[in-house]
Amino acid sequence: MQRLEVAFLEKAKELLSSGQVNRVLAYKKGEFCYDVSPAVFYSVEELENAVYNGFCGANLSKYLIQESKKEGKVAVFLKPCDTYSFNQLIKEHRVNRENVYVVGIECQGKFSIEKFYKTGVGFVASVQEDLDSVLVNGETKIDRNAVKLERCLVCKKQHVVYDELLVINEKKDGDLDRFEMVKKLEAMTADERFAFWKEQLSKCIRCNACRNVCPACTCTKCVFDNDDSQISSKANADSFEEKLFHIIRAFHVAGRCTDCGECSRVCPQNIPLHLLNRKYISDINEFYGEFEAGKDIAQKGPLTNYTTGDIEPNDFKGGNK
Amino acid sequence: MQRIGVFVCWCGSNISATVDVEKVSAVLALEPNVVISQNYQYMCSENGQALIRNSIKEHNLTGVVVCSCSPRMHEATFRRACESAGLNPYMLEVANIREQVSWIHKDIEEATEKAIILGRTAIAKLRLNTPLTAGESPVIKRALVIGGGIAGIQSALDIAEAGYEVDIVEKSPTIGGNMAKLDKTFPTLDCAACILTPKMVDCAQNEKIDILTFSEIESVKGFVGNFKVGIRKKARFVNEKLCTGCGVCTQKCPSKRGLNDFNMNLNTRPAIYIPFAQAIPNVAIIDPEQCLKLKNGKCGLCAMQCPTKAIDYTQQDEIVEREYGAIVVATGYKPISLENFNEYGYSTYKDVVTSLEFERIMNAAGPTSGHLERPSDHKQPKVITFIQCVGSRDTSGCGKPYCSKICCMYTAKHAMLVREKYPDTQVNIFYIDVRTPGKNYDEFYRRAVEQYGVNYIKGMVGKVYKEGDNLVVQGSDLINNEQLLIKSDMVVLAAAIEPDPSVRKIATLLTTSIDTNNFLTEAHAKLKPVESPTAGIFLSGVCQGPKDIPETVSQASACAAKVIGLLAKDKLKCNASTAGADEMLCTGCSLCENVCPYGAITYIDKEFRLGGGRTEVRRVASVNPAVCQGCGACTVTCPSGAMDLKGFSTKQIMAEVDAICKN
Repeated sequence: MQRLEVAFLEKAKELLSSGQVNRVLAYKKGEFCYDVSPAVFYSVEELENAVYNGFCGANLSKYLIQESKKEGKVAVFLKPCDTYSFNQLIKEHRVNRENVYVVGIECQGKFSIEKFYKTGVGFVASVQEDLDSVLVNGETKIDRNAVKLERCLVCKKQHVVYDELLVINEKKDGDLDRFEMVKKLEAMTADERFAFWKEQLSKCIRCNACRNVCPACTCTKCVFDNDDSQISSKANADSFEEKLFHIIRAFHVAGRCTDCGECSRVCPQNIPLHLLNRKYISDINEFYGEFEAGKDIAQKGPLTNYTTGDIEPNDFKGGNK
Repeated sequence: MQRIGVFVCWCGSNISATVDVEKVSAVLALEPNVVISQNYQYMCSENGQALIRNSIKEHNLTGVVVCSCSPRMHEATFRRACESAGLNPYMLEVANIREQVSWIHKDIEEATEKAIILGRTAIAKLRLNTPLTAGESPVIKRALVIGGGIAGIQSALDIAEAGYEVDIVEKSPTIGGNMAKLDKTFPTLDCAACILTPKMVDCAQNEKIDILTFSEIESVKGFVGNFKVGIRKKARFVNEKLCTGCGVCTQKCPSKRGLNDFNMNLNTRPAIYIPFAQAIPNVAIIDPEQCLKLKNGKCGLCAMQCPTKAIDYTQQDEIVEREYGAIVVATGYKPISLENFNEYGYSTYKDVVTSLEFERIMNAAGPTSGHLERPSDHKQPKVITFIQCVGSRDTSGCGKPYCSKICCMYTAKHAMLVREKYPDTQVNIFYIDVRTPGKNYDEFYRRAVEQYGVNYIKGMVGKVYKEGDNLVVQGSDLINNEQLLIKSDMVVLAAAIEPDPSVRKIATLLTTSIDTNNFLTEAHAKLKPVESPTAGIFLSGVCQGPKDIPETVSQASACAAKVIGLLAKDKLKCNASTAGADEMLCTGCSLCENVCPYGAITYIDKEFRLGGGRTEVRRVASVNPAVCQGCGACTVTCPSGAMDLKGFSTKQIMAEVDAICKN
């Protein structure tokens, strides 16, 4: 795995020093091995602090909304799932594709630090990565799948938009059914389901991290920040107002959400927010045929397109399960 | 500060019997901004309107709330009243306290409370109303008629007669529809072809009428006065302009085993055929499923024989785009499938036929050249039993709940024709009720019973089964209270009719509504029977509900009158409720452009000042108000809430919801 990081750094240096781009959007080291964060690097020297490893989970596509508007070309390293978000942003005219040089980079699944703690390793000072396993603090070997983010167990695998690829090893696993939990929720009674969401969403502290990280939430001014829209005041009227925030947000990204999983990754309260989006995705698939937002830029989104084959409201047999 | 007048209508006793109108006007008088609140017996009457007009002047009103019937009914009336008193007509709100209150509630206290809430809701919205002005749009002086049966033909002829151009789009290779298949027509027994085919010829010869057969509607855009329609002309593999209808090709074609759908599949036709002798256009068509040349490249006989070189095996579907001011839907009907009625043995026994099949059997141009023969062994039947209401008035779920309306009369007609031509034939008819309202209809039925000795049996049939060469009809005679077993040589089923299945797609394309039985819904069941709720879309014939020929023709002409009335106008008043984007919120994501059915939204790159001397160029939506029809699709699609609709702004709707929830 170290080979990939070396190749990443070489590629970033090459792009900068050749003048092909004037900056690189990638990841920089933090204080600990696991607190990696997105960063823009303007020179080869700055790349000293650049890293690419299993903790580089952040989806870089959203940063390109601002970055692609600036002077000069920016290079970006996008994982397969990131490219879906980027494609969707191109479709919605939110990024300037001409100003972006996309390197599609290999990803063997990113880590969740919480999952490391759950294995009982204690403090994580260093992680050596292998394709199938990781070595923590130079002594404890853990199966890689055991510490992967949920989204990486249901991986998209393919890069859908790039200028060049940086892939040494193909990804083999990641084929679990992403709708498994959705099906479980659907099988619940309405009361059980309400109890589930009430418990989960009550944990919400309205830090807005999910919204701020979401590559589909790109409004100039969010309706929740716009007092004139009166939406916040309406949501606040309810003692269980978080559900309204999250449900409205899920509606706003329905049909555009690429299921990148960032909302759940960044949630400090570990709310499985991606499940709301996945429910919509599974319903869209059922009603309009398989559709993956961001996969094909020419394909029209089923919720904002109409065909004579569309399901009629009276064909839908919904109901309270 | 708005000065609002509230006017509560009694609607005679329609509202006042269930709603305490005095209390409603008294309570609403206390609402902020309300300066006058009154009630009156008939607000829509001249006196009622005068009350509104005078109050506007006297109290200097800036807005009017009328608590009355549905705005569908009298919004236009009250808008005119406001306008004539110098108030902008869009400063009116109607609270529907009749359809939504008095007609559906019994308890006076409850109804009164709800009427007050709806009044408050209208006031809350009105506080945020702003004066609006409607623009104008031109009318394209051309009509489209979808369906070339007798309904479509009649509508087209009448519209053309008034001097407007009309296109008939028919999905089958000829116009004529179901009526062309009929033998005789009740109650006069004149032959269907003799009265229909001259009208078909009139259509073909009228220079104002363009007939597009074997064509289907592919797409519809635009709005009343300005529709843009994509029509798919399906490949018929024969050049319509060159073919003279000489029929040589049909004789030479070696592939003769195709089912003749014009004759209800009772005989066969060649792969290249002309549907029937009087088809319009009189042009051949190739069935690609059957043609040897198109299937495996071997043959080509028809092309060799054709004297005008009209055969074109390479012909492709073609899409034509046309513009229309008005659209008539005349898609007609088909008999229902009888798969749910196995007890009658339709799929099992050849000698159980439907009435439409029987029409072809009796017809001189039909499969038996008009000789009454039963399909199995071509023997002349001696006993024929007719079964009525096969799938009509059926509440079991197998058939249709409605009365198909035409079956009683055509069954009497069939019985009479059989007895007339073959007096030695015994004719039995099982019926639930015989329904014969209509000019000379009951007389017709009585002739069948009294003069022709047709044996009418009140009762239903349980099953039809075979015994030897014959069929046995097991039924009950309700009048004599006995079970009957009637040996019959032939059984004729009066299958229910249903709207042609193509109507569902067409209704979707036209954004007009259909009922639970797939009949198109009229704008008002009594007062607007030929208009659909969608402006510019009109209904002709059975697509709106079961009808016989005289009724269809009357409705088709009524429909034409409405179309002519529309096309006679040079300009139509546009809708004043148009959408607009708040450019400070718009992200230019294009979602609204995707959902706009009218193509009213485009994008522009606009420079915005960010402060500190910096600027930013952003892509923002721009709405063309002349094209926007105010449907509101964009406003609900916009995630930022940047799109809003004048007269129905998000804030106004929120204010309404708040007013309702406050109580």
